[in-house]
Amino acid sequence: MQLIILGLNHKTAPIEIRERLAFQESEMEKALSQAHSLPSLKENMILSTCNRVEVYAISREPEKAIQELKNFLSRYHELPLKEFEKSLYLLIGEEAVRHIFQVASSLDSMVVGEPQILGQIKSAYAMATESRTSGIILHRLLHRAFHVAKRVRTETRIGDSAVSVSSVAVELAERIFGSLEQRVVLLIGAGEMCELAARHLVASGVEKILVTNRTYDRAVTLAQEIKGETIRFEEMALGLKRADIVISATDSSQHLIRHDQIVKVMKERKQKPIFFIDIADPRDVEPSVGDIENVYLYNIDDLQKVANENMKDREKEARKAEVIVQEEVSKFVHWYQSLEITPTIIALKKKFEEIRKRELEKMFSFHPHLSEKERQSLEALTSAIVNKILHDPLTRLKQKDDEAMADFYLDTLRTLFQLPDLTAEERMEEDEDA
Amino acid sequence: MMNIYFFKFASLFYLLGTLFYSVYMILLKDLLSKLAAVIITIGFVSHTLALLARYVEADYTPVTNLHESLSFFAWMIIGILLIANLKYKIKVLGAFLAPIALILMLFAFALPKEILPLAPVLRSFWHPFHITFAFLGNAIFTLAFCSGVMYLIQEHQLKSKKMGAVAKRLPSLKVLDDLNYRALTFGFPLLTLGIITGAVWAEYAWGRYWGWDPKETWSLITWFLYAAMLHQRLTVGWRGRKAAIMAIVGFMSLIFTFLGVNLLLPGLHAYSNW
Repeated sequence: MQLIILGLNHKTAPIEIRERLAFQESEMEKALSQAHSLPSLKENMILSTCNRVEVYAISREPEKAIQELKNFLSRYHELPLKEFEKSLYLLIGEEAVRHIFQVASSLDSMVVGEPQILGQIKSAYAMATESRTSGIILHRLLHRAFHVAKRVRTETRIGDSAVSVSSVAVELAERIFGSLEQRVVLLIGAGEMCELAARHLVASGVEKILVTNRTYDRAVTLAQEIKGETIRFEEMALGLKRADIVISATDSSQHLIRHDQIVKVMKERKQKPIFFIDIADPRDVEPSVGDIENVYLYNIDDLQKVANENMKDREKEARKAEVIVQEEVSKFVHWYQSLEITPTIIALKKKFEEIRKRELEKMFSFHPHLSEKERQSLEALTSAIVNKILHDPLTRLKQKDDEAMADFYLDTLRTLFQLPDLTAEERMEEDEDA
Repeated sequence: MMNIYFFKFASLFYLLGTLFYSVYMILLKDLLSKLAAVIITIGFVSHTLALLARYVEADYTPVTNLHESLSFFAWMIIGILLIANLKYKIKVLGAFLAPIALILMLFAFALPKEILPLAPVLRSFWHPFHITFAFLGNAIFTLAFCSGVMYLIQEHQLKSKKMGAVAKRLPSLKVLDDLNYRALTFGFPLLTLGIITGAVWAEYAWGRYWGWDPKETWSLITWFLYAAMLHQRLTVGWRGRKAAIMAIVGFMSLIFTFLGVNLLLPGLHAYSNW
């Protein structure tokens, strides 16, 4: 049994190829069962996000499975293999385990530490479970991956600090105002930048958004889109009096917001704090506005600088996370190996026990006159013989120092004694016992 | 001398609590702040027992000399911390208040701790009221002082466009400013009551309400500072930085009224050789 990951991500493939190979959520069930029908696959699961497409598979014949999976991707997406084969990466066994742990903990993400990926993996796993294409190994693997992700979240500060300009802005606003729930935002300008910033703030739960723009109609359009309120450009002072957060992104060549104007506004506001976010180039807000008491002014470069610093912190935390991942990989691999040896031992013991019982019963039926005591002696004798015979091979098998040979022994044992494969339920019991 | 055992036990727990809060400030693990709060609570219970034991042993409200006053002040500060912990979710508060209480305890520990016969002027119906109002007010203003210090740090971080480890550990400006205002609205009436009950008591003890002894004078200065702070806040909106600075200045004046006057200036409030 081998775990195989075949996939591509933002590091190995350009967006055009990622798009072509992405699986739609609505077709996931179909894709999963198609992959499941490949003869070499025992279990499979597909993770498809805008940054990565990965197929997780469990197979007894890895070589064959890899080829079949490649062909499956090509066939399913109607794209010749040679067009994307170079972008594919292939991970097997321990490397694959490490990879999925890293992905789940967001260590392999484009923005390291971003939280969405865990949810995406969870829903990919849920779909595989629903389509019954995942089995005992993927089940265990994914649950460990969720566990690792949780450990990384709680034991490192990887997701603590904001690393995008808009999330830095929100974090700064929260540092000034606490919760953003009752805050009023004033947007000056109605361009794309303003819209983006506004959407982020709406998501953070601000109370109201005021929009003002030199061209009134555009302000009205944007206000409608984001359920805001429009203010005439000439009446901007009214907005400044009401707002807690001001986002300015006009293409004005002069400063729109001047020092003495804000000094006056602050008096009217009874010194209630105000946070200016100037994302215009050239600047809309006169820099000295930031020196006024209870006024906080950040321009786009300031925000970017904070974001970059936070990114460096995150990379530091990512190194701590790698240690956690390594620890968990070792644990999983250990389980995975015991999974192979233990069931074999159990199957072997079961087979011997059955033979013993059967032969003993035969003998008892030929000799009904045997006393209870004699029967007990025969029981003990046969058990002792079976155990003595099994003792040496089992001891050898349980020695974990010789992994390469262990596979060979297991294979030989299974062939020579014609041991049946364990069912998933039996494996599950094993798992719990361990 | 049961009271001294309980007192030592309380000091030890305040020390442990302070250590836990300090480690919490470094590692930011919530569990540490919760443990610290539990430890501080145990310390507080022991401290309460110490005060009760001393009350029983001395047969008067044990706030008559500097050792007792410092201990009582520390007890009030921890009490306020425990209440604030229930009301607000500001975990770092303990990291500021616990060490202050600890320092007061250590200071108290170094002073003569014997229970002496009570000076006749102190045996008054008004004495317990006076000290309770005055020290409760002091403790609340200590809280305002801490929030002021945190405000100035956080504000400096924001103005200098840093978002480092320090800012991450402190509450938002809004929370700190609200806390400052809250403390002022509770602390000011208490301080006022403390001064009034003191004056009434003075009338009984010395036959005059007000005698401009240094303690009285400095209390009045402190009172005016806080009154000005409240007034400015309500009328012209002195909030944020100015309010934070005022809370710190007010606290300085308060501490001078409490300690400086006793140690440096002779007067009626200096009862024992301390």
